[in-house]
Amino acid sequence: MTEQESLQYTAEHEWVRVDGDTATIGITAYAANKLGDVVFVDLPQAGADVTAGTVIGEIESTKSVGEIFAPVDGSVVEVNDAVVASPELVNSDPFGAGWLVRVSFTALPTLLSHAEYAALTAE
Amino acid sequence: MTSAADVPTSRLSPLHERHQAAGALFTDFAGWTMPVRYSSDLAEHHAVRTAAGLFDLSHMAEIRVTGPDAPAFLDYALAGRLSAVAHGQAKYSLLLTEAGGIIDDVVVYRLGDEDYLVVANAANRTEAVRAFEERSARFDATVTDISDAVALLAVQGPASRAVLEAVPDLTGVDLGSLGYYRSVVARFNGHPVLIARTGYTGEDGFELYIAADAAGGLWDNLLAEGVGLVPAGLASRDTLRLEAGMPLYGHELSTSTFPAQAGLGRVVDLAKPGDFVGRAASEAGPAADAPVLVGLVSEGRRAGRAGYPVRAADGDAQAVGVVTSGALSPTLGHPVMMAYVAPEVAEPGTRLSVDVRGTLVPAEVAPLPFYRRQK
Repeated sequence: MTEQESLQYTAEHEWVRVDGDTATIGITAYAANKLGDVVFVDLPQAGADVTAGTVIGEIESTKSVGEIFAPVDGSVVEVNDAVVASPELVNSDPFGAGWLVRVSFTALPTLLSHAEYAALTAE
Repeated sequence: MTSAADVPTSRLSPLHERHQAAGALFTDFAGWTMPVRYSSDLAEHHAVRTAAGLFDLSHMAEIRVTGPDAPAFLDYALAGRLSAVAHGQAKYSLLLTEAGGIIDDVVVYRLGDEDYLVVANAANRTEAVRAFEERSARFDATVTDISDAVALLAVQGPASRAVLEAVPDLTGVDLGSLGYYRSVVARFNGHPVLIARTGYTGEDGFELYIAADAAGGLWDNLLAEGVGLVPAGLASRDTLRLEAGMPLYGHELSTSTFPAQAGLGRVVDLAKPGDFVGRAASEAGPAADAPVLVGLVSEGRRAGRAGYPVRAADGDAQAVGVVTSGALSPTLGHPVMMAYVAPEVAEPGTRLSVDVRGTLVPAEVAPLPFYRRQK
């Protein structure tokens, strides 16, 4: 399957890549496209505890502001400094270099499959 | 975002299929499905500042006013002295309520002795047409809403004149002699097209009014012949006008706003003879402590947006104003905002702060516009 098909997703248009007990999180191309040119990304500090479903940061474009939600309970192990310095990475490579945070977790909740997310965003 | 399929009653521009083919992202604006961007807001904004952008503004309202009393009627219905506008000249004006507030801001083109074209905002079309019809009662003048028959294209940017001159089928106009806020009726493939040197971006540019069924050919020719011309959507239109310090109805202007509060006192011609709607209220003016429109600039990348509170520099909880428009300026690289603030903190250089979603960002009052093009 493709990279994107192997990821899991949330209804808030985030993708989640699971490696053991760590989840890498970003926003999908669908969300990045709706936002437009991203000009600022506000991320939590490494070490911060996060609770599933709560807002942990913001992505701001010229026209609007999107919230970043934690898809899992856990704590932030790494923040993508490159995307803070170059927010346009969210637009140019949302599934790759535009990743946002890495979170360590103890339990993974049920997330959407690629097929379920695609159905959600079908227009 | 809505698509035309989700909102069956949403109006479509005559150019809709072309926007779809160009990959535009759409938004609902005043009941119309219009392009918000084609590629990137920033790229389209920069294109207008450095070359030229092509906007579809067919959602806007065009109202024809004709008849022997047309000049006197418009002097009564609007804030300015439209009877003094020469043939081929255009004038920015305001449609006021009896209480002196703003129903709409408009551009009026004088086409003849008894012939005017009023261009109003799409969102205020119904209110504007109704106001004109009511106010025309005792005048020998006819008000006709021709919006659905008219398409409006705007070419804006330093290369806009070269773009128009490159279209061989656009004839009957010497663009070099068409001055700012002047208009002429030219021809495109046999169709009359009103070309005006007007715009909403702070750059040199032209607005072209043509019959809706001829708009597609004009759009195609402009893009085919205009070197460096790119289609641009409503997102870039908003950042361009904000940098240029131009008000947007529903943000800086409303029925609760006096022109004088928005820095538009000179648009109300109190010296014109005869009564006009809103005269008494305009003569009295707003209260001495009424908020006034200012520009705000800040550092960093987070702009205050419409509705965000403006506070004193020390963050005192009592708001001193409210942001009406704001964005990270693509051309200037820092946040720019328009806001209504208490008159005592409206002096340029005054340090204030903007509450950006709970974070206080220091800001400073700056004169408008934020950006002026090189002449």
